[in-house]
Amino acid sequence: MTKNLTCIICPRGCALTVDINDNNVTVNGNACPKGERYGIDECTNPIRTVTSTVRVANRTDTMVSVKTETPIPKDEIFTVMEAIRKTTVNAPISIGDVIIDDICTSRIIATKNVN
Amino acid sequence: MIEHDIVIVGAGPAGMAAAVAAYDSGVTDVVLLDREDSSGGILRQCIHNGFGLHKLGKELTGPEYAAHYQKEVAKRNIKVYNETMVTSVSPDRIVTAQNREGILKINAKAVILAMGCRERSRGALNICGTRPAGVYSAGTAQKLINCEGYNVGKRVVILGSGDIGLIMARRMSLEGAKVEAVCEIMPYSGGLTRNIVQCLEDFGIPLYLSHTVAEIHGKKRVEGVTIAQVDENRCVIEETKRYIPCDTLLLSVGLIPENELTRNADIPIDPITNGAIVDENRQTAVEGIFACGNVLQVHDLVDYVSDEAELAGMGAAAYVLGKLKPQSTVKTTPGNGVRYVLPQRVSTNKDEDIALFLRVTKPFGKVKFTVRSGENILATAVRLKAAPGEMEKIVIKADKMPLITNDITVALEEL
Repeated sequence: MTKNLTCIICPRGCALTVDINDNNVTVNGNACPKGERYGIDECTNPIRTVTSTVRVANRTDTMVSVKTETPIPKDEIFTVMEAIRKTTVNAPISIGDVIIDDICTSRIIATKNVN
Repeated sequence: MIEHDIVIVGAGPAGMAAAVAAYDSGVTDVVLLDREDSSGGILRQCIHNGFGLHKLGKELTGPEYAAHYQKEVAKRNIKVYNETMVTSVSPDRIVTAQNREGILKINAKAVILAMGCRERSRGALNICGTRPAGVYSAGTAQKLINCEGYNVGKRVVILGSGDIGLIMARRMSLEGAKVEAVCEIMPYSGGLTRNIVQCLEDFGIPLYLSHTVAEIHGKKRVEGVTIAQVDENRCVIEETKRYIPCDTLLLSVGLIPENELTRNADIPIDPITNGAIVDENRQTAVEGIFACGNVLQVHDLVDYVSDEAELAGMGAAAYVLGKLKPQSTVKTTPGNGVRYVLPQRVSTNKDEDIALFLRVTKPFGKVKFTVRSGENILATAVRLKAAPGEMEKIVIKADKMPLITNDITVALEEL
């Protein structure tokens, strides 16, 4: 089976051709090794980094932006979002602080400093 | 009147990178003026990732990318005036600003304009219908959701498929809204392909090309929109009209560089980029005033904003140090298939590489760009595809500089 994909790793957006034969996946059209990795992942176990925000309880109208520390399986995006929505945090917060530990084999970390 | 060597208007990604580059080039008296309560500009609301891959070699979110430069600015003790609105820049570089303390007048040896851009609004589009609540520019919705935590709607139609519109389609989907459609009046998207994949396809959101919003319905709140296909003159085809119930319409229909200060300083503007006409140091036609970032040309990637800002920062520092002498220049002009070329002027006697940035007029397959000065070929570049949404960069190598005899033209041919 052959799939045509657009690599989403960087803005270059390489047009990938991925050939899947049994357990053997070959990627063409990628400009860098990251594209090959993406092509294989996308056809076997698609993953995404999720970014969102968490309310800062002890500040007015303040949100802290967060992300999954590592990409998570694509079909678990809404599981992660559900957990993020239920969470609030208290300032001060620094970039890299863990907001939710251990979710979908990753962690949710802060991407913004709130004093 | 106070005095500073370099005054930078705007502490977004362009302003901060320009400040750092100017400082590192030997001018330490640099100040940043910004109207917001903290630096970072538009990056503060761009919580998605994908920033910094080119420039910093890692994938960051907007606030993280901003924090990198905030740290670099702080390390150098570069003063940032927050909540300070610049009201005028004069051609002789007197910068007037106001904040809670009162009116500030700064006599600057060099000025760098880094005001960024703003969004085109409903009024510029002449969409028919009522004027209910629930019509937002995509960036306004982004700020409300990401910075202030207000969700703007539950059932959404987005007009315009530029990157902000695509990013917001995903963001609203993640927040539980149903994005019914993204309409794009052009036959192709203005956004990056990767954003169509990860923001629309991942969430099953349809993209209707050659479609527009013909009418907005609703009294107090948006109740729905009529979308329709357009013909090759972008006119609505009546029989294709259809109604989509929704409570929110987001507009992602283009960015306008905020050049009011530039115009008032009598700095000539390029009618295509809507930014100042500059040379390779990003110096405008008014000596000692430089421009960079989205106020100069709308970029797709912040990484290239930072690169451009460094050129402006180094140029301004060289000017203050008396190393930037007036030189003879030639014009750069767009040829076949090219919409604009920046910088619009380049010096003829440089002994360094000069990078030209350009956008094509429409999507192309494989193309070859050729940079010519009269009969001389200065550079060529082949691309597998080219699209208006993706800025191209072509470098003229230093050893080709002696070949610059006439104005420079950049044209493409389809292969």
